Formats: sequence, structure tokens, C-alpha cells
Amino acid sequence: MADATASLRPPLVTGDKTISDVTNDICAPMDRRPTGLWWTAFALSFTALVVGVAAVWYQIATGIGTWGLNKTVGWAFDITNFVFWVGIGHAGTLISAVLFLFRQKWRTAVNRSAEAMTLFAVMCAGIFPLIHMGRPWLAFWMVPYPNTRGPLWVNFKSPLLWDVFAISTYLAISAVFWYVGLLPDLATIRDRSEPGWRKRITSILCLGWNGSARTWLRYETVYLLLAGLATPLVFSVHTIVSMDFATAVIPGWHTTIFPPYFVAGAIFSGLAMVLTLMIIARKVMQLEDYITMTHIDRMCKLMMSMGCIVGLAYGTEFFTAFYSGNGYEQFVFKNRALGPFAWAYWTMVSCNVLIPQLLWSRKLRSTLPVVFVIVILVNVGMWFERFVIIVTSLHRDFLPSSWASYVPTWIEIATFVGSFGLFFTCFLIFCRIAPVIAIAEVKSAAHLKKRPSAESSNKEKAA
Amino acid sequence: MSDRVLLATFGHEDDLLAATDAVRHGGFKIVDAFTPYAVHGLERAMGLRPSRLTWVCFVCGMIGVLGMLWFEHWSASIDWKLDVGGKPWNSLPSDVPVAFEAAVLLAGFGSVFALLAVSRLFPGKQPQIIDPRVTDDRFVLVIDEGDAAFDTAAVRKMLQEFHVIAIEEKLTSAGGELR
Repeated sequence: MADATASLRPPLVTGDKTISDVTNDICAPMDRRPTGLWWTAFALSFTALVVGVAAVWYQIATGIGTWGLNKTVGWAFDITNFVFWVGIGHAGTLISAVLFLFRQKWRTAVNRSAEAMTLFAVMCAGIFPLIHMGRPWLAFWMVPYPNTRGPLWVNFKSPLLWDVFAISTYLAISAVFWYVGLLPDLATIRDRSEPGWRKRITSILCLGWNGSARTWLRYETVYLLLAGLATPLVFSVHTIVSMDFATAVIPGWHTTIFPPYFVAGAIFSGLAMVLTLMIIARKVMQLEDYITMTHIDRMCKLMMSMGCIVGLAYGTEFFTAFYSGNGYEQFVFKNRALGPFAWAYWTMVSCNVLIPQLLWSRKLRSTLPVVFVIVILVNVGMWFERFVIIVTSLHRDFLPSSWASYVPTWIEIATFVGSFGLFFTCFLIFCRIAPVIAIAEVKSAAHLKKRPSAESSNKEKAA
Repeated sequence: MSDRVLLATFGHEDDLLAATDAVRHGGFKIVDAFTPYAVHGLERAMGLRPSRLTWVCFVCGMIGVLGMLWFEHWSASIDWKLDVGGKPWNSLPSDVPVAFEAAVLLAGFGSVFALLAVSRLFPGKQPQIIDPRVTDDRFVLVIDEGDAAFDTAAVRKMLQEFHVIAIEEKLTSAGGELR
């Protein structure tokens, strides 16, 4: 039966591999010395990271007056970057958990790197609210611990506090999900390594995994549970992020459409980032047989459908503003499309709604350079979406006398560049030290080449 | 279980599945099987019960949600009544998001730690590795030879039908790790 469906669907792994080939191919990049390309990328990312660290150090030492914020625009680059990075993380969970629950076996080629991406993106996201506090050394005040101030507890009615719990839970569960998924592969590396530091480290990290069927049964159960927990978690996280805005009374923020709109946008931007990383990784690490054009094609379809949902949300927002009959609401949206930040708004609409429509064409979906340009533009567009939502809603408020504009300072730009540095530095190190594809999962999902004898025995049984 | 076991090595999951089924129905006791990935249907072939870790997950989740709801209620409306914009102290809807996150956190960590505890996985463990290739491309079935009536020749003959690659008899260290 499985063979019958296998012949109908395009194979998940091309190149006529045996089970052992899968292990060797995926572990090969770890055994090779890093290429010149890797070192170049690492040098660039690490430089960006150093720039970011310097900028963060400077603004913490001096104070967040180093930012371009003013009394009217109190949130801008920092929160835009926060929402941008959290959103990117969400596609990783979508691929690893939601597609797992839907039994989409093609996810096995991309889930490991997508989960790693989630982890690093959420780390980057967490930095921004932390710096935004102004006194990050007091960040522990966000935790409800018995203190000498009363004890004065945290305000559980504030969405900003919900965010603290949501993001830290998300980071913790993503890390656990990723690590649990790595256990069998770490054991594989342990068993194929020569005695040495790699064998020693992996035998500690794999916790003594020996491939027992009893352990596999429990493992699969827990993996399913984690997927079942991560799925509502990912929706709750971005819902709560959207409530940071939606519970405020600012026109342009105070809308009930925000939770689904933000979740769709998050998954959209995350898929674009997964595709960006995948297209580079398959080329650089020679994994074209595992991350095939079929994978790229499906990811493109998923991304385009998310893009359409985001487009629908943009339209709905405008209709709601028009239909509300509320002058302030209508003003904000007119100001968005035609005001001083119109360039940002139309960048967002073209990158997120118009350009992804090209992916309806199968020919363009199978042309890698085109797909690559589109996903980069979607990344840009989704960053601008958050910028537009935050800045255009704030800069012209109820009192025309307090209207203001916003221009980021070089400190803010350096911090943003630094977050990319952190993200790519972590990702490049991950590519070197861990298998970028879930070895055990690919083996179980792909219909790998059988030995001739096994083939004939199946035929005998069928006859 | 006695100390003597028979290890049968296979090269494909279908062979392992068929052999496991035949061995168990032949009245032999299967100690365990070792596979490079989760072979679906193996738990049925081996006659293993479904894992009860789902209950751990449920209980941890309930502790998380109820514990956090109680704490939010107690801290905001009993210990130090906090007036936020004139909203009621004990407003339940605003307690839901954090209670949900606590449930997910506890359920996730609870089930993973339960998995590690039940499967006796911990850092620094030195497992008895049957064959280093079980994490690559080999499937090993471990059959108990305990019974005096154990007919090695018959089992070997039976296993040959399933393209067994190697058959080995082994003494386990006081029935420890394999069990």
C-alpha cells in the first residue's frame, strides 16, 4: 500500500539512496572542513554581531535617549524588530509541529533547520523588549517572585506581561522540541565517530540513546504531545503579541482582526525566512537530494496562500475603518496610504501581496533565482508591515499639535544589524555542529531503496 | 529473563516487522528491538502497550493551568489588591493567557522529563550498544533464550526466511541494560 502511494507522489529523497547513504550524506558536511564560503559568511555575520553588541552596550550605558523616539512615537524600531523576529520564529513551529500533526512527511527535510531558526529568531526577538526596558538589569522584576517590596506582584492584567510569559514559554518549548528531536541523530553521530572529542560530547548529549524499540515508542508519544502543545502555543504567542497593540485605544491598533492577522503574517514571514535559509543551505551543503525542488514548490505554495490571507487582512482593515464611521479610525488609514509614510505602506503592499502572486506560476516556482528574490522581498515587506502598523498609527495622534515624525538613529540600525548577526552566526555554527536534516525522520518517511531480496519477498507475500 | 539472548540483525524494516511478528507468534519472548528510526507497527508486532506518558502530560498541564489561575487570583485580588484602570481585581479573562502558557510549559517539560526518566536516559549514561550500526542502517531483534525448550536451530531456520543478515548469541550482563 505504501509503495502504491509512493509511486504516485514525487519521491521525498531523490538519487536512489540506501538508509546508510542518508546518514553519510547528512553527516558529511560536519566531517568536512568548513568551506571558504562558510568562513566568508561567518566573518560577515560575526562582524554584524560585534557591531550589534557594541551598539547595545553603548545604549545601555548611555540610555535609550540614543534612539530616535520622541513623546509621540514611543515605539518604533525596537518593537518592529521584536515582532519581526518573533514572526520569523513561527514558521519553524508551523513546519515542525503543525505539519507533523497533519502528517505531511515532506516536512522531514526542513524541520530541523526550521526549528533551529525558530530558536535563534526568538532569541533575537527577546533582546529588543529587554533593551527597551531601559534598565535591563532589572528585567527580573517581570518575574513574580516574593520580593521585599510588599511583596508587590506583577500586573497579570497587562498584555505586556502576558508577552513575557508567552515568549519565554515559547523559547523554552522550542528548545526542548528541537533537542528531543536531535537525540536519535546525536546517537547516530556518536556511533559513527572515531573515538575523540566529538564522540565524547555526543555521547553525553544523546543521553545514552541506544535505539531501543520501547524508547522509540515513548519517544514518538512525547514527540506527538510536544507537537500538540506547540501548535496552540504558536497561535497563542502571536495572538498575545498582537494584543500588545489591540488592547490599546490607539486607532489603527484597536481592532479585533489583529490576532489572526498577526498569526498569518508571522507564518508568512517565517516561511519566507525558512525558504531563504533552505535555498542557501541546500546549495552550500550539497543537500539537493534531500531538500528537493518539490520541497521548495510546496513551501512556495504555503507561503503564497499565507500572503493572500495577509492581503485579505489589509483590505479588511481598510473596510472596517471606512464602515466604522469613526473619523479617527478613517484618518489613520488614509494617513497610512497617503501620508508621510506612504512609501513604507506601498513597499509593504507590493512585497507582501502583489509580488508573491507570481508564485501562481509553476514555472516561476521552479526557478530558484526568482524564488530567492521573492522570498527576500517578502522578508523586507513583512518588516515594513510591522513598521507601518507601529509608526503610522502613532506619529499623528489625536492632537495635531503633538504630531511628530520618526527617523531611526544609527544606534537603532546597528542594533537591528546586530540581531541579524546573532541570528546568522548561530545558524552557521548550527550547520557545522549538528545535522541540518533530521536523519532518523528522513529515514522513516522516505521510501528508500530496498535490497533486491526484500523486494522479491514482498512480491511473494503479495502473491 | 535469563542471561542468554539471541540477536538477529536485519537490513530492512519490513524484514524486522515480519520476523518480529513470526517470532512472537512462535511463542518466543522478545526482549527488545533496536532500530535506527521509529518503525511504525513494531509496537504492535512486539505486543507493546501504548505509552502512558500522555497521562503525565495531562496531569502536568492541569497543575500548570490550575496553579497559575490560583496564583493570579491570589496575588492580584487577595495578597495585594491591584487596581488597574478600575477593572475588577479578580477578572478571570485576563488570567487566561498566562495560565495557558503555564499549562503548556509544565506539560511540555513534564512529559519530556518523564520520557527521560522512564527510558532511563541521562547525561553520561553508558548504554550497552548492541551494534553501532543500529543508529545507522541495522535493525536488531533480541530474543530471550531463557527457556530450556528454546530450539536455537528452529529459530535460526525461521529467521532465515526474513533475510536475516547475522545471528549472534550473547550473554547479557546480569540482564541489565537490555531488559
